[in-house]
Amino acid sequence: MSAEADQVDGGRRHFLLVATSAVGAVGAVATAVPFLASWRPSARAKALGGPVEADISKLQVGELMKVEWRGQAIYIVRRSETMLAKLAANTANLRDPESAESDQPDFAKNEARALKPEYLVLVGVCTHLGCAPLGKFESGDATVAADWPGGFYCPCHGSKFDLAGRVFKDVPAPLNLTVPPYSFGPNNTLIIGVATGAA
Amino acid sequence: MSSADTHNKVGTTGLLGWIDARFPLTKMMREHITEYYAPKNFNFWYYFGSLALVVLILQIVSGIFLTMNYKPSAEGAFASVEYIMRDVDWGWLIRYMHSTGASAFFIVVYLHMFRGLIYGSYKTPRELLWIFGMLIYLCLMAEAFMGYLLPWGNMSYWGAQVITSLFGAIPYVGTSLLEWIRGDYYISDITLNRFFALHVIALPLALVFLVVAHILALHEVGSNNPDGVEIKKHKGSDGKPLDGIPFHPYYTVKDLMGFVAFAIVFALIVFFAPTVGGYFLEAANFDPANRLQTPEHIAPVWYFTPYYAILRAIPNKLFGVMGMGAGVLIFFFLPWLDRSPVKSIRYRGGLYKTFVGIFVISFLMLGYLGLNPATTTNTYLSRIFSILYFSFFILMPWYSKADKTKPVPDRVTFHAH
Repeated sequence: MSAEADQVDGGRRHFLLVATSAVGAVGAVATAVPFLASWRPSARAKALGGPVEADISKLQVGELMKVEWRGQAIYIVRRSETMLAKLAANTANLRDPESAESDQPDFAKNEARALKPEYLVLVGVCTHLGCAPLGKFESGDATVAADWPGGFYCPCHGSKFDLAGRVFKDVPAPLNLTVPPYSFGPNNTLIIGVATGAA
Repeated sequence: MSSADTHNKVGTTGLLGWIDARFPLTKMMREHITEYYAPKNFNFWYYFGSLALVVLILQIVSGIFLTMNYKPSAEGAFASVEYIMRDVDWGWLIRYMHSTGASAFFIVVYLHMFRGLIYGSYKTPRELLWIFGMLIYLCLMAEAFMGYLLPWGNMSYWGAQVITSLFGAIPYVGTSLLEWIRGDYYISDITLNRFFALHVIALPLALVFLVVAHILALHEVGSNNPDGVEIKKHKGSDGKPLDGIPFHPYYTVKDLMGFVAFAIVFALIVFFAPTVGGYFLEAANFDPANRLQTPEHIAPVWYFTPYYAILRAIPNKLFGVMGMGAGVLIFFFLPWLDRSPVKSIRYRGGLYKTFVGIFVISFLMLGYLGLNPATTTNTYLSRIFSILYFSFFILMPWYSKADKTKPVPDRVTFHAH
């Protein structure tokens, strides 16, 4: 063996070490991607989570109907003129009357929280811990409170919402009930999952 | 067989000698069991480490047998658990052992952690040992949470709904993170299936690995003891600690006695009160999952309730989630929060003892409050106890230093029986 062969090129070794490690790390990250991505909703889950059509032709004034969309109950309420007229009076007692913090499509960022004020469409999941709020539309309903203006009441932790799903003050729920994206289809149908304009 | 074959460093002969020349069997036995010198003054509190290991084995064995009859699907899960309970020979016993084992695991782990806390076992040179222990605790929490979804009862379902929805509180990425964790837009068959995979494979593997690391770290630095003095400082002419006794037979026998006492209580629960009045198995979980109807009152199983109470005490959802996380993770920092020159509570002053008292009361009260509905009074109390709970940790650098300590003896205090 010559003396030259014994000489170790430290710089070259260091470069090879760093370069190999870097390429290896990139490979490891790249390999992790498919595994992590496999956790996302699958094609089937996405298909089953697609828009749902609800027939609202038989829904009477003051009535609530439930449809299922993405495993959640969607509440559809046909509100009367009197119910709508009562909304303005609640403002002072509401936590988020303008729906500034709450989750809804832009078209529902109004007092009635609806595309057409007559129809209220809400995700029937309490924004506190995900329980199902009950519809208590009669004002003064004794099961809620004597001065109850009518709205939704969550039996789990006592959260209260008005007839537009807006949360009252001093209850555990932080936000108004969520309004899902929806639009009106032909023949008195409501399409949940697709916002107006997107369809 | 030539003599070279049987030559080994430990001097064993015959079959054992043959093995020892090829695998460090005797070497490991000596290092970790027969010649692992533990302080001779261990007391009652030192049962819970070995008991945690016993419960881990119990959970793994009963879990393997449950897997043989359980079906991880939204369609079949609830019915398969009922099938195990009614139709599989002794299935009810295996299932109740597993469900009681979950609570037993947390009881022994909480007592084991408390032991480390009062005797300063997290202090130098045992910081890493403490961190491995905390990682085991985190793993155990994930394991218990995912396991609770598997029976697909209504509390399983809504508990998972509530806890996973906490991730949705994270700004910007919350919703996508939530869908990524659930693999769907809600807790579904897909979520159940992946929780099953994590519960039976991924987390138990991580747990076993961490337990090995925890024990290796312990045997590297040696056990602490109720006096908090290092027995390695005083060694005899044979190089063995003067205050140390070999783990086997001394502590194997002691731990066996602890195991018998534990097994009696455990068996009484399994046979006579497996639900423990709704604390170990909640009543709502005997109804199948119903995603359109929540149980009247959603509460996690008792071992999570102190943190759940902190979550509910904070009016802002995101800060609530952060508070809950901080309540768990703050234990990791104990080795660096404690500035006391002494380890054991025996030689600490009244100031430290007061704070430990406050901590214990806060933890128990938060646990109680987390089990109960969030009424106005309860929320108010939760806030007070959350503040007290955190003050134990946050003020520790100050009070542990200001505390008047007593002189620590040179050797362990020990009275022969």
